This record gives sequence, C-alpha cells and structure tokens, in this order.
Amino acid sequence: MTAVTTTPLTRSETRAFRAMLPQLAPFMGILAVAMILPFTSNDYWALIGTRAAIYWVLVSGLNLVVGFAGHLAIGYVALLTLGAYTTSVLVAGNVMPPVPVFAALPIAAFVGAVFGVIVGLPALRLRTFYFAMSTLGFATIVTQIALAWQSVTGGGIGIVGPEFPAPFNTAWGYYYLCIAFAAFCTWMSANVAHSRFGRALIAVRDAEVAAEATGISKPRMLIAIFLFAGALAAIAGGLFASLQTYITPDAFTFDLSILFFIAILIGGRGSILGPMLGTIILTILPEVAAPLAAWSTFLYAVLLLVIVLAMPGGIAALLDYRNRRPLASNRAIVPRPATLGGIVRASTGGRTLSLRGIALSFGNVRAIDGLDLDVKPGQIHGLIGPNGSGKTTTLNVISGYYAAKAGTMTLGEDMLPPGMPALRASRGIARTFQTPRVIGEASVLQNVMIGGTIEGRATFVEALLALPRNQRDERMLGAKARALLGVVGLETLADVRADRLQHSELRFIEIARALMLEPDFLLLDEPAAGLSSDEIERLAALIKAISRRGAGVLLVEHHADLIFDICDQVTVLNLGRTLAAGTPAEIRVHKEVVSAYLGA
Amino acid sequence: MLASILASGLAAGAIYALVGVTYNTMFSTSRVMSFTAGQLAMLGGVFGSMFTLKMGMPILVGFLLTLLGCAIIGVITEFVAVRPVLKSLDQHLYVLSTLALALMIQQVAAIKWGTEPQPFPRLVGWGSGVFDEKFWLPVVACAITIIGLEYLYRRTLVGRAFMAIAEDNFAARALGLPERDLRVASYALAGVIGGVAGFSGGELLLAFFANGALLNFYGFVPVALGGLGNNRGAIIGGIALGLFQQAANFLVGGIFSSVAVFTLFIVVLLAAPQGLFGAATARRV
Repeated sequence: MTAVTTTPLTRSETRAFRAMLPQLAPFMGILAVAMILPFTSNDYWALIGTRAAIYWVLVSGLNLVVGFAGHLAIGYVALLTLGAYTTSVLVAGNVMPPVPVFAALPIAAFVGAVFGVIVGLPALRLRTFYFAMSTLGFATIVTQIALAWQSVTGGGIGIVGPEFPAPFNTAWGYYYLCIAFAAFCTWMSANVAHSRFGRALIAVRDAEVAAEATGISKPRMLIAIFLFAGALAAIAGGLFASLQTYITPDAFTFDLSILFFIAILIGGRGSILGPMLGTIILTILPEVAAPLAAWSTFLYAVLLLVIVLAMPGGIAALLDYRNRRPLASNRAIVPRPATLGGIVRASTGGRTLSLRGIALSFGNVRAIDGLDLDVKPGQIHGLIGPNGSGKTTTLNVISGYYAAKAGTMTLGEDMLPPGMPALRASRGIARTFQTPRVIGEASVLQNVMIGGTIEGRATFVEALLALPRNQRDERMLGAKARALLGVVGLETLADVRADRLQHSELRFIEIARALMLEPDFLLLDEPAAGLSSDEIERLAALIKAISRRGAGVLLVEHHADLIFDICDQVTVLNLGRTLAAGTPAEIRVHKEVVSAYLGA
Repeated sequence: MLASILASGLAAGAIYALVGVTYNTMFSTSRVMSFTAGQLAMLGGVFGSMFTLKMGMPILVGFLLTLLGCAIIGVITEFVAVRPVLKSLDQHLYVLSTLALALMIQQVAAIKWGTEPQPFPRLVGWGSGVFDEKFWLPVVACAITIIGLEYLYRRTLVGRAFMAIAEDNFAARALGLPERDLRVASYALAGVIGGVAGFSGGELLLAFFANGALLNFYGFVPVALGGLGNNRGAIIGGIALGLFQQAANFLVGGIFSSVAVFTLFIVVLLAAPQGLFGAATARRV
C-alpha cells in the first residue's frame, strides 16, 4: 500500500469525488439499466431504447441552449432532419461518391454545427421570441426543401438511411452503439455545464448585465454552444436515419421538436439529470398510451402548458432536496478583511482613472453635464448627491453601459473606449449594482466563481473534454471563490442557492464576485443600501481593506456617515454637474453642499 | 409574369401584413408575442369553409360566425396563455404558454377538420386572371382593416384607451383605465383581425390546418421588419415580404423562395435588430 504517501492534493480529490457521488449515482443507475435491458426484453424495446438514446444525443446538446442559456429553440427537429439527410445522402452517394457511414457522421456534424449557428444568430442580439421564431422558420423551410429538392433528397418518396457495419447492424448491436453515443454526450455536456462556460451561460441567462461586467462575451459563449448543439443534433439525425432505415420528410414532424423541448422543460432548467429523465419518459409515454397516438401532440401541448403554469422548476426542482433544508435564521455576516492579503495580489498598476468633460443626455434630460473625476489607486473616492444627480449614470458610463456623448475617459495612459461593457473586466474594472444582480438558481459559490470567468485559461473544447487545463481552472476558481467568501464572511453559505439569501448577503456576494477579478478599480453602487448599522461598519472595514491593497474604489452612497468615515476624496454631484469636490472635511462644511444635500 | 408576381405578391403580402397586425394588436396591450396569431388566421380559413361549404350557410352569416369564433379563440388565449404568465414577463414564459395553446388549436383542427387542404367558397365572383378575387380580396380586406383600426385608435374613446395602455401601462392604470378588460378586448380584436386575414385569404391558402405554423412565421417576419408593435411597419413589411417572396418564387423557383425569405429575416434582424421602423431599447441598468 502506498497510502502512507497520500498527499493533501489527492486527499482533496477523493473528497471531491465523494461529494460528486450522490450526483453521479443516478446517471450510473440509468446506464446500468440501459446495459441490462437487452437481457430482459425483446426487439421492440430495443427500438424504443435506441430511440431514447438518439433523442438524448440531441437533447443533451439542446439542453445547453434551452436549459442553461435560456434560449427557447423550438424548431430543433430541423437540425435533426438536416443531419439525417446529410448522412443518408453521403452514404447513398447520389451526389458524390459514397462515403462510409463513420466518415459521413462527422461531416453531418460539421454541417449541423454551421446551421446551428446560422439559426442562432438572432439570439446573439435579440429577445427570446426572435430566436424561437427563427428556429420555427428554419424548421418549416427545411421540410419544404426536403420535399422539393427531389434529385438529392428523393422528395416525398424519401431516401434509404445509412447502414452501419457489423457488429452494429443488429437491433441490440445498434442499441449499444447509440447508448455509447448517449453516454459520451452526457459526459461532454456535463463537462461544459460544470465548467466556467456552463456558469457563464447561466449568468448570461439570469443576470446578463452582471455577466457583461465580469467580461463574459455573450455572442462568443452562445456561438460555442450553438456549434456544439447543432453538431450533436446532426449526429442524432444520422443515427435516427439509420434506425428508420428509410427517411421521408414525414418522419420529421414538428411533434419531435416539441418532444425535445418539453423533455428539457419537464426536466428543469440548469439540470442534466432532469432532461434525461424527461427524454426517457416522453419516448416511452406514447408507446404505453398507444390508443392516444393521434392526440400525442395535443397531450404534449397540454403538458407544456401545465409545466409552465404549475411547475416551472421541473423534475430537477422536485429532486433538489438539499435546498429545502432550512437555513439558520440568526446568521450574521462577519467579514474577515484581514485575510484579503493572502488571496488578492496587491494592485501595482498605479494608474489613475480619469474622466474629463463627460456628458450624456437621455432625451432632453442632461444626466451628466461635463463631469471631471479622478479616481486614484489606493484611494476611496465617494460620489454623493441627491437622487437624479447622475451618480449611477456616471458608474454606468465608466463601466460602458452608456456611451458618453462627449468627453474622454482614460485609465493611466490608455483611452477607455466608450460603451463595450464586456471589455471593462479585462482592464481591471469591476463593479457591483444598486439592485444586486446575482443568479438566483446558482449556488453562492458559483455566483462568486462567475467573477473570475475571464481568468480561466482553458478553451471551450478543453472544457468539453475535461482536459487538465480546464480542471486546473476549476480548482483555481473554486479555491479562490471559497477564500473570498471567507473574506466577506459568507463561507458557510457557499453551497446554498443564491435566491434563498437575504438582501444584505447578496450585496456581499457581489463584492466577493467583483474581487475575483483582483480589480485595480472597484465601482460600488450603494453597497450599504438595506444593510443594518452593524453590517455597514463591517462593510466599511472591508472597503478600506480593499483600497489598502492598492485598488481605487469609487463609492456611490447615500449614507453620509459612511462616506465621510472612509473616503479620501469626495465629489458631490447635482443635476449632472460637480457641485463640490475635495476631502471629506472640506465637503462637510461646504455651504452649497450642506444646503443642497446634507441639510443643516 | 410581372402581373402575376404583383397580383400574388400583393395578395400574400396583405395576408402576412394582417397576421403581423394580429401579433401587434395582442402585443400592444400585453407586451406578449403570441404564437396563436398564425393559428387565428388558419382558423379564419377553416371556420369559413366549415360554416359556408360544410354547413351551407350564407357567405355573410358564415363570415360573421367565423369572426365570432376567432374572437372567442383570441379571448381564450388571453385567459389561458397570457394572463397567468404576465407577472413574470421577463422570463419569457409566454413563448411557451402561447406555443402550447397554438399547438392545441392546430392539433384539434388537424383531427376534427382533417389534414388535407379543403376548398374555400368563392365569395364575390368578380374578376379573373390576375384580377381574380382571390388576389384582390386580401388586399381590400387589409386596406379596410387598416382604415378601421385607424378610425378606432384615433377617433374613439376605446381606441385611445388602447393607445394609452400600449404607450404606458402603469400610467394608464394610474389614470383608472380598466387595463384588464381592455386587454381582453384587444385579444378579441386580434382574433377578428386574424379571422379576416384567414377568411379573405381562404381562396388563396385554402382551409388547411398547417397554414397556422406557416403564417406564424410569415406573419412574424413583417413584425420583425417593421418593429414590434408598429402597425405601419407591419403593413409595409408584409407587402414587401409578399412581393419579395413571390418574385423569388417566380424567378428562382419554389424551394429557394422560402430560403430567400429566411435569409432576409436573419439578415434584417442582424442589420437592424429593432426593425426598420422600430424604436431603440429601454435602459437596462
């Protein structure tokens, strides 16, 4: 035995594995049942089992689009159709010399990936409904083309599906092949889901603005999963064509799209087990309820309506026992700012964030009107003023949500381009929001890990295949996020769903998330709003510790005591202009400030 | 050929435009894009054929009953698929709930009416060739609908109340407008407009259950082109789409016309995400 030499690392890995076991067990159970199915039943069940496995190959990819990214792709049967015809046509060789089926599948996957992106293009910039429509439109035209392009697809008569070589040419042989595909796809989609890419997808879905501030590029994220989901759908199509042995456009009814889609919704968003169970149930259901076959679409539709109206969380929410345990009601947030030094490197940039002559209007309202502001590294800069004086707007201009109509922003020597919020994180600017923007359905730890998304080094493909660099990223982000949760005093809540937390705790989560970037500048938008006086004191200590590490802090706040207590510089805004600027001592006695804002 | 393109293009365009207006009418009071828009137009054809041919009613009676039936379906949409999800509009649950209802409508139509296209009666009996009534009827119906809507929105109290709700829901409610009743009324109105689209286009599209899904997409394209909630944009977009589609149909053949429409849709969405006549988005942060 070499157990004596066990290092702390492997011990932590065994612990991680043991923690994963409850999550892994159901998948293992399903796989075990799938493996013994051939020994207990007849060819009829081989057909149903194969079909479920093929559907799952498609759904496992689509799940990332629908369940994780939250984009309602309702016409994915079109990509199945595309894959089925591409594989069949290539293998039959009626346009070019025949291709072996194992070469045709990757080609189909490529075609599917390309079309997956084309159909998804509207989702990159527009509201959900447009994407739903573009997938629906694509589904209608693909069927029309399959019918009309007779020389290639055989039109309404159809075309022979590809045949797989031995040992996959028997019912059970093919079944095992499809199960292998399904298992592989499960593994890949789980890898994506548990990587920074999976978290980023959920972040874009539930807290898009915050995701941008952490540097997540929505288009890039979505294109990656559209490629992946399209490829899997097309592979599923190739397998489906072979199972059917003969395909016509009639084989690809819109019902299938609905089945895929509902399987994910029944399963629940952001889950993999749920949609898998959903797929299996929905594949078997019509077989059990054979007399209702004509009404199957109607039943699916009723099911869809019931899920939407009655249980939006799906199976995954029913199975989520962990988050039903009550939380301690008397918990307190006790940050430990002193530990910050061990986690976040001291900021050495020494650059100043400067705004010169910034102006911005909404319609006829001048929100900011020629503002000059310097935030120096290692200083806390307070920004105060009455409501509507342009404080939050200033933060939004700095973080790129608004492009100023006039004026310049510089960071040290470099110009800070107006707009483009997703580029701020890479320049070392992090922020929090007036209303905390956290992902309610993700755990506290995951929420904090989101903050470090751009620190990850692994590419999407590395994450897909769980290659070492991705595992390193995960360990690094996980450890750092836990440590930062310790700094803000929330480490005991790390595994709790964020939407179960109190408002004040969400504020501290946002700060921890912003610190993941080890920012040179931290923009805090009313961090003390809704906090108790004890919590405000602790917040003050935390902010001071952050600035002592060399970061410049721009603090928008209404609590005058907090501002005067911790700020090095204070700027007072009124109607978008600087009313006064100086040290807290100067501001406190400034005549106009006292009369306009502080009160006598 | 130009005459054929113009005739069929204008006719199809008018139907797409009317479906677009149906979308907009529902959207204006509820901020919901409902998948039932195309189904309402499909039902316009199916109900029309059922009442006049199957049951042998006079055209006018059949027409009125069709509109009534579609209005009822519109109101059902509001009650079943829209009202329950309005509270969480940002989660886009309406996409799913209206899709579910649309599928139910389509499936019932397929089973009860049949899956084959069935004939639609001649309504007036004027004109032949490119001046056949199946080409000019949708255009006339579209024009009358626009004039009627303009009159409603600009000259009547109810219409102004619609406009107020579309403009600013909260302010309208603060003024004491019966927002819920007006929303139900707008869904009934949308049903009527969808019914008119389907009835006037019945001779062109026939009474066919699958028209619903098709019109859902072809009716949405003008909305996307013109900007959500913009009726003028939807009309112009719809006519332009019809002409474009029929031109492609005659010039490069059937399959590629649908490809052309889809490409146009994607390109316009990428180039002008708010539509060609749409307004900029609201603030996000």
